[in-house]
Amino acid sequence: MDWNTILVTTVEAAVGWETVVYALAAIGINIQFGYAGLLNFGQAAFLGVAAYGMAVTVATFHLPFWLGIVIGLVGTVLLALLLGIPTLRLRADYLAIATIAAAEIIRLIFRSVTFADVFGGSDGRQGFAGEFFAMNPYPRGEYGIGPFGFNERVMWVLTVGWILVGLALVLVYMLMKSPWGRVLKAIREDEDAVRSLGKNVFAYKMQALVLGGLIGCLGGFIFALSQASVQPDLFGTELTFYAYTIVILGGAARVFSPLVGAMIFWVLLVFVGNTLSEMVGAGLIPFMDANQVGPVRFMLVGLGLMLLLIFRPQGIFGDKREIALDAR
Amino acid sequence: MRRAVIAFTAFLGGLIFLLASGTPAAWAEDESLRGTLQYQGRPVDGVKISVTSEDGQPIGEATTAADGTWEIPVPGPGTYQVTIDQSTLPPDLELRLKDRATLTLEVSEGQQRTALFALVQKGQAGDTGGGGRQAAAEPSMWEQAAQLAFEGLNLGLIIALAAMGLSLIFGTTGLTNFAHGELLTLGALIAYFFNGTVGLHLIPAAIIAVILGGALGYAQDRFFWGKLRKRGTSLIAMMIISIGMALFLRNLFLFLFGGEGAPYADYNAQQGIQIGPVSATPKNLWAMAIEIIVLVIVALALLKTRTGKAARAVADNPALAASSGINVDRVIRIIWTVGGAVAALAGIMLGLSQNLNYQMGFHLLLLIFAGVTLGGLGTAFGALVGSLVVGLFIQVSTLWVPTEMKNVGALLVLILVMLFRPQGILGRRERIG
Repeated sequence: MDWNTILVTTVEAAVGWETVVYALAAIGINIQFGYAGLLNFGQAAFLGVAAYGMAVTVATFHLPFWLGIVIGLVGTVLLALLLGIPTLRLRADYLAIATIAAAEIIRLIFRSVTFADVFGGSDGRQGFAGEFFAMNPYPRGEYGIGPFGFNERVMWVLTVGWILVGLALVLVYMLMKSPWGRVLKAIREDEDAVRSLGKNVFAYKMQALVLGGLIGCLGGFIFALSQASVQPDLFGTELTFYAYTIVILGGAARVFSPLVGAMIFWVLLVFVGNTLSEMVGAGLIPFMDANQVGPVRFMLVGLGLMLLLIFRPQGIFGDKREIALDAR
Repeated sequence: MRRAVIAFTAFLGGLIFLLASGTPAAWAEDESLRGTLQYQGRPVDGVKISVTSEDGQPIGEATTAADGTWEIPVPGPGTYQVTIDQSTLPPDLELRLKDRATLTLEVSEGQQRTALFALVQKGQAGDTGGGGRQAAAEPSMWEQAAQLAFEGLNLGLIIALAAMGLSLIFGTTGLTNFAHGELLTLGALIAYFFNGTVGLHLIPAAIIAVILGGALGYAQDRFFWGKLRKRGTSLIAMMIISIGMALFLRNLFLFLFGGEGAPYADYNAQQGIQIGPVSATPKNLWAMAIEIIVLVIVALALLKTRTGKAARAVADNPALAASSGINVDRVIRIIWTVGGAVAALAGIMLGLSQNLNYQMGFHLLLLIFAGVTLGGLGTAFGALVGSLVVGLFIQVSTLWVPTEMKNVGALLVLILVMLFRPQGILGRRERIG
């Protein structure tokens, strides 16, 4: 058992790119589900559209990186409008099915051979991150404290990522203290009451969907840049469900809970995965082989999600009265 | 430190492998080209892959290992050509796109660039490329349409089996069960266990699987969903719980069954028989006959028996049904039992027309939703009609759209139905909130 490796990878996971990506996706879902009560099960599509918007602009059409970012953002807004205009009038479970279907449609289009010239089929796109890494202020080398550390490329991705997470959290904090945030929470509690006060409920829901999608799409950029590649299957429904698990773990409708949830989620996932791998490697678990460690970790995620909702739907920080779990 | 980097890289690799089959680069100091050669999750070993520089200078060669991986270090950043030696592929496999035996890839500084070669069963190459339908004797449009309609009916019947259970469970309990697809996989894998591992013939194995599927459906309601209903767990919470259950079960199947696909031991290589314009294997015809018989029995039971009438009453209005003396919990339990058994049957039938894998039910789930929604959520017969329409639509649409995009159409229909007729074909307007 190599406890040193386990410790190092676990601590690094707490600040690693997965945590950043999933925290951003979860902050977006927290706005939609936590504050506005919208069951958007298509968050993976928002990350995917942003990542592909950037990657395709740079890698396929050889346009500048910043234009790619702009196109990713515009694509995300368009997706939110396209998805929201028809579906936001549906009740909660219909919205969930419609958004998950839309996310699958987008993934299937990304991976199709028909559009392989643009999106690269199931290989995806590479070679778009050069301009991003050219801006890297860190000289080549290892950065870290003691045994923990990253090389200059990871450091640059993480720096940008954590700045984005910080900005998103400040934005959510300020918005939810504002009248806009109060209306959003009121819509979650009782849509008709808000409508009777003369508020345009549909517009507020749409704004929440767009905003949540935009914050999630930042996660898509970081995902693509940290890998220096995009592949369609990275943006499957699992991504959305893990992000939901993170939001519920932290506690819905709390500003910092997606961040804390993401850190706990990845720390646990990495710790369990590496510990099991080491135990299997050392022959301590005779009925498992190394390939079976991954499924066990995600079985635990599923089990955790079930247990959380049964026994503690408000998560770590949430308030039970504030969770939008009543069907409307 | 280096070990930590390696461990971290290995972890990332494992993670990506789980999230997808792609393998993007991690960060290491040396440039290389690498990849994992696999067919439907099964690693393909012993295949020669070579790398040359842009001007044709050989750089290195590798043979894929037992787990399908290969890696060839390159001297530095630049453009390289990766060539797969097609003669070393296993005899039953070939490249999906023959003209992509050589890939030209750019490797940037410090990158370990992944090269992907897509493999297919021999004879299917180019089928997904859109232009692959040029057989020696081009069948007429109508023959193709008939063949596709037949395949669509086959798919539609499987979806219908699953959809009836899903729809009735929704109608009686309000639960949108995202774990219903896993009930299909469960049935298929139980049958595989008794068929492949224990060594029974497929027919008794399938019967055992259906019985066990029903028992597990009963147990699920008795010990899980029923308890949650009693606690007053809200419907959205139950929906998310079902997502957690789906994640759990899917990974449990992956744990037990592995990531590769496998067929049943029986009825594998059947000769197709020609009936008019349609060619079908006997097992397909038998499967469809069984599906139709089961659907008719379930439909008759719903229409004629007391329990069936009670089930429809509960689906219509649980409170009113309870007040007229129907034991709602008993009805729901029966629906779960039958739903589980029928879903297991659907999974086995699906396993006859494709390879079994741990995601087979999950991949069908959205199509089941499409069928249920199209027919009208909560209605039994609506689900039946809707599923047949979805199945036919998916297959027949491949006359015009590429095969890989056929599900896109079905999902678009799902969204459009929700917009314009959310009550579905046979549903009534007041059912939707």
